[in-house]
Amino acid sequence: MNAVVGIGSSPKRKEDARFVRGKGTYVADIKRPGMLAGVFLRSEHAHAKLNSIDVSKALAQPGVKAVYTGEDMKADNVGGLPVGWGITDKHGDPMKEPPHPPIAHDKVRYVGDAVAFVVADTIEQAQAAAEMIEVDYEVLPAVVGLVDALRPNAPQLYDDVPNNLCADWELGNSSAVDAAFENAAHVASIELVNNRLIGNPLEPLAAIGEFEFASGRYTLWTTSQFPHVVRLLMGEMVLGIPQHKLRVVAPDVGGGFGVKQFHYAEEAVVTWAAGKLGRPVKWVAQRSEGFVSDAHGRDHVTEAELALDEDGKFLAMRVKTLANMGAYLSTFGPNIPTNLYAPLLSGVYQIPSIYCEVKCVFTNTVPVDAYRGAGRPEATFVVERLVDMAAREMGIDKIDIRKRNMIPKEAYPYQTPVIVEYDSGDPLGCLERSEELADVAGFEVRRAESASRGKYRGLGISTYIEACGLAPSRLAGQLGARGGLYESATVRVHPSGAVTVLIGTHNHGQGHETTFAQIVSDRLGVPFEDIDIVFGDTDRVQFGMGTYGSRSLVVGGAALSQASDKVILKGRKIAAHQLEASLEDIVFEDGTFSVAGTDRKKSFQEIAGAAYVPFDFPLETLEPGLEEQSYYDPVNFTYPGGAHFAEVEIDPDTGIVTLERYTAVDDVGTIINPMIVEGQLHGGIVQGIGQALFEHGVYDPTSGQLLSGSFMDYCMPRADNFPQLVIEPHSTTCTHTPMGVKGCGECGTIGSPAAIISAVVDALKPLGIAHVDMPASPNHIWNIIRNARTPVAAE
Amino acid sequence: MQISFSLNDEPVTVDVDPSTLLSDLIREQLSLTGTHVGCDTSQCGACVVHVNGDSVKSCTMLAVSADGGEVRTVEGLSKSDADLHPMQIAFRENHGLQCGFCTPGMLMSAIDLVKNNPDPNEAEIREWLEGNICRCTGYQNIVKSIIAGAAAMRAAS
Ligand code: FES
Ligand code: FES
Repeated sequence: MNAVVGIGSSPKRKEDARFVRGKGTYVADIKRPGMLAGVFLRSEHAHAKLNSIDVSKALAQPGVKAVYTGEDMKADNVGGLPVGWGITDKHGDPMKEPPHPPIAHDKVRYVGDAVAFVVADTIEQAQAAAEMIEVDYEVLPAVVGLVDALRPNAPQLYDDVPNNLCADWELGNSSAVDAAFENAAHVASIELVNNRLIGNPLEPLAAIGEFEFASGRYTLWTTSQFPHVVRLLMGEMVLGIPQHKLRVVAPDVGGGFGVKQFHYAEEAVVTWAAGKLGRPVKWVAQRSEGFVSDAHGRDHVTEAELALDEDGKFLAMRVKTLANMGAYLSTFGPNIPTNLYAPLLSGVYQIPSIYCEVKCVFTNTVPVDAYRGAGRPEATFVVERLVDMAAREMGIDKIDIRKRNMIPKEAYPYQTPVIVEYDSGDPLGCLERSEELADVAGFEVRRAESASRGKYRGLGISTYIEACGLAPSRLAGQLGARGGLYESATVRVHPSGAVTVLIGTHNHGQGHETTFAQIVSDRLGVPFEDIDIVFGDTDRVQFGMGTYGSRSLVVGGAALSQASDKVILKGRKIAAHQLEASLEDIVFEDGTFSVAGTDRKKSFQEIAGAAYVPFDFPLETLEPGLEEQSYYDPVNFTYPGGAHFAEVEIDPDTGIVTLERYTAVDDVGTIINPMIVEGQLHGGIVQGIGQALFEHGVYDPTSGQLLSGSFMDYCMPRADNFPQLVIEPHSTTCTHTPMGVKGCGECGTIGSPAAIISAVVDALKPLGIAHVDMPASPNHIWNIIRNARTPVAAE
Repeated sequence: MQISFSLNDEPVTVDVDPSTLLSDLIREQLSLTGTHVGCDTSQCGACVVHVNGDSVKSCTMLAVSADGGEVRTVEGLSKSDADLHPMQIAFRENHGLQCGFCTPGMLMSAIDLVKNNPDPNEAEIREWLEGNICRCTGYQNIVKSIIAGAAAMRAAS
C-alpha cells in the first residue's frame, strides 16, 4: 500500500509487521557485551528495622561481582527517588514527603522493599548468592489498612509523619455544600471501597544499565512509558548524572497502563551499579517479584453523600476519601487521588456545589500510583454508585434520574464547581444511543427468562467523564506539578520526501507508529509507507513527557500537527522561490505546491529534494533543509465521556457472575484510526471489568504479606470471561485541540466498573442488596446471597 | 549435557544444564527472543512454542526433554514478511495485538487449536485461550483473528 492514508481510515498497523514475527525488541531481549545479571533481595517483612546486613558469604559465591546495600548507595551520595507532583494540604502545608532510598537502609516498610542488589556473571549465580545474604531484621508491627493506619495507636511508618498522614487535602466549597444539604428533600449516602489493583502489564519490568568510559556516558534501557522523564528524574535527582551524559532508551514495551510511568528504584540501581562495575548490568523482574515491586493502583475507602430536591435533581455532593499511598510516595502517588480525582466528581451532571476531602495515608504496602484511568475511575465509581443509590431510595428509574441531571449539550462549555471546564460533550446523546444498542427495552423479558432458570439477572448503567490529554502546564503547575506537561515532535523530511517523525510520547501498544503516520500522511500528502515514527530514545528524540493520561494523540498529536504545518510553510517558501511566485500565491493541497490559479506546481517530493540542493537559494531569507519542530502545551484538558450498560447473570448456587452483554457508547472526539480506537476501548473495558469482577490486591492485615502475589492468586481477566462487547462512537469535537481529538485510552476502564456493579446490585435486588464492593467474585457474591437477611426466590 | 533437536527446521546441538528451562534455552542460549516470558507460575502463555507439533508452555518444560524432538517458535512460522502464516496475517488484519507481548504465545496456541479443531466457534476459542493472558486487547480481536485465521488455514489446506 504505497498511498496516502488519511484521517478516519484504518490501515493495518505498521508495528505489527515485527510483532507477529516475534521480532520486537523488548528490554529483556537485549544483550550487551560483557553484561552481568542483577538480582534484588527484598524484604520479607512489612515493617522492620535493619539492624545489620552481612553480605560476606554472598560475596564469596562463584561469579559474584558485587553486593550493594542501601548504606553503600547512601555513602556514595545517591539521592532518594523524587516525587513529580507535590500537593498542599487544607491548612496550606506541603504534603509530608519522606525520603525514598532506592535500596532501604535503617528500615524496611513493605514486603518487597529492596534490601540488597547482587550482581554476578549469571542470573543463577546472583540468585544463589542473594540467598546467602544475612539480614538481621527487628520486626515491627505493621499496618496495611487505611482506617487502621489512622487509628491513634497505629504503628507509625515515619517518626516525622504523625498518624501516617501524608496530607489532608480538600477541594470545593464546604459551606455551600453544607447549606445545600440542610435544605435537601433527600440525602443519599454510600460507603464504598475501591479495591487495590495490580496493573500487571504482560511484560514484566526490566532495566539494563551501562557506562561507557571513553565518553563518560551512561545508558539505561528500561521498560518505561516516559524515557525523557526518567532521564530527568534519575539523572538530576538520584544519581547526579548530567542530562547530556545520560541516554535512556525505552524500546518496545509490553504494555504499560500507568505501571511503567514512574521512575523506579531498579532503574537507578542498575545504572549506578553499571558505573561502579564498568560493565552492563541487567535486571528483569520475575512476575511474582513484580507483584511486590511494581506500583499498585486504586485502594480508596470513601464515604459520599448526595443531596437532592423532591424531583430528584442534584443539589450538592460531599465526598470523604482515604487514599492509600503505600509505604513511600511513588512518582505521581499523591496527585492521583487528589487532582485527578476530585475535579471529576461532577461527572456528566449539573451539581451546583461539591466538596471533597482526601486523606492520603501511608501504610506498610507497595507504593500506590496511577493505573489506567488513575483517579478518574475512582471518581466515576463514587458518583455513579451514589446516583444509583439515590434513584433506588427515591423510587426513580436509574436511567431517568441520570437524564434529569445531565449537562445538556447546549450548556457546553460547562464550568463545574470543581475547577475544570468541560469544552464539549453530549452525555444525553451517548446515553440514548447506548440504551438503544443495549436493548434496555427488552431487558425485563431477559430477566424473566433468567429467573425461569433460577438465575438472577441485572442491568447496570454508568456514565462517565474523564479529564485527559495531560495537561495544560499552567494549570498543572498551580496544582503542584513539578514539571511541564507539553509534548514535542520533529518532522524530518529527507531529500527523497520520505519522513521521519521524532516524538516524545511512547508507544507500548497504542499503535502510535500507525496513527501518527496517518496524521503526517494526511497533512503532507506523503505515502504512509514513507513515514517512520521514532520514539523512546532520548538520544534520538529531542524531548518529551511520554505516554500516560490519554495524552499521546491529544498532546503529542497536536505537536505533530503543528510541526507539519511548519513544514508546509517552509515548503511553500521553497516552492515560491522555485516557481518564482510570492509566498501568498503558493497553495499546498494533496501533496502538491502550486501557484494559485496556474498550472505551475511542484510535488512535495520535488520540494523536499530542492530543500537540500540550495544552489540558488536566497540564503539571507531562505535556509536549506526541511525539518521542523514543535512543542505543544494544551490550553485545557480534554473530556471524553460516555454511557455504558452491563447485563449480568448470577448463579445463586455458586455466586458466579456471568457478564452477558456489554454496550459502550463513547465520545472520544475526532477519530484518526477507528480500528485502533475500538481496540483501546476493548482493552480498557475489559480491564475495568477485571477490577469489578476479578482483580484484588489483598494484604494480610496482621503480617502485611501480599496474599494475591502471583497469577495463581490474583485473578486476571481471561478470554472466557467475556462476551463480544458492543461499541459505538458518539463523538463531539474537542474545541481546543488542533484535530478535535479527545483521547480514548482510559475511557473503558473509567466507565466499566460502575456499570458492572450497578448490574450486580440490580440482579441482587430480590435480596434487598443496595451495594456490593468490588470485586464481585464468586466467593464474595455467594456470601452476600447466603447472608441476605430476607432471602426470596428469584422473581 | 548435550542435546540435539530441530529448531524451526534447522538442526541444533547444544550443551545445556539439566535444570535449564526450554524457554531459557531458546531465549538466552539460542537468542530467539520472540518467545516471551510473562510469569513464573505457568499461567500467562507468552512462552508457548510447539514441541513435536503440539503447543507447550516452554517455561514449564526442561530443555533436555526436547532432545531428539522438533521445536517450532514464532520465528519459525514464516521466513519473510511476504510469507506470513495465515494466522499471523489474521492477527494483523484483525488488530489481534496491541503491545505484541502475548502475541507469539497467542499465535502458537491458536495454530495448535486449529490443528485439532479446524473450525472452532467463539466459545471453543475462548475456552482454549484459558492459558493465554492478554492484558491489552480484552481478547475481543484475538477471538476475531483466530476465527479468520482458522478459515484461512482451512482454505489453504
Ligand atoms: S512464561 Fe510460560 S506461562 Fe508465563
Ligand atoms: S497485546 Fe499486549 S498483552 Fe496482548
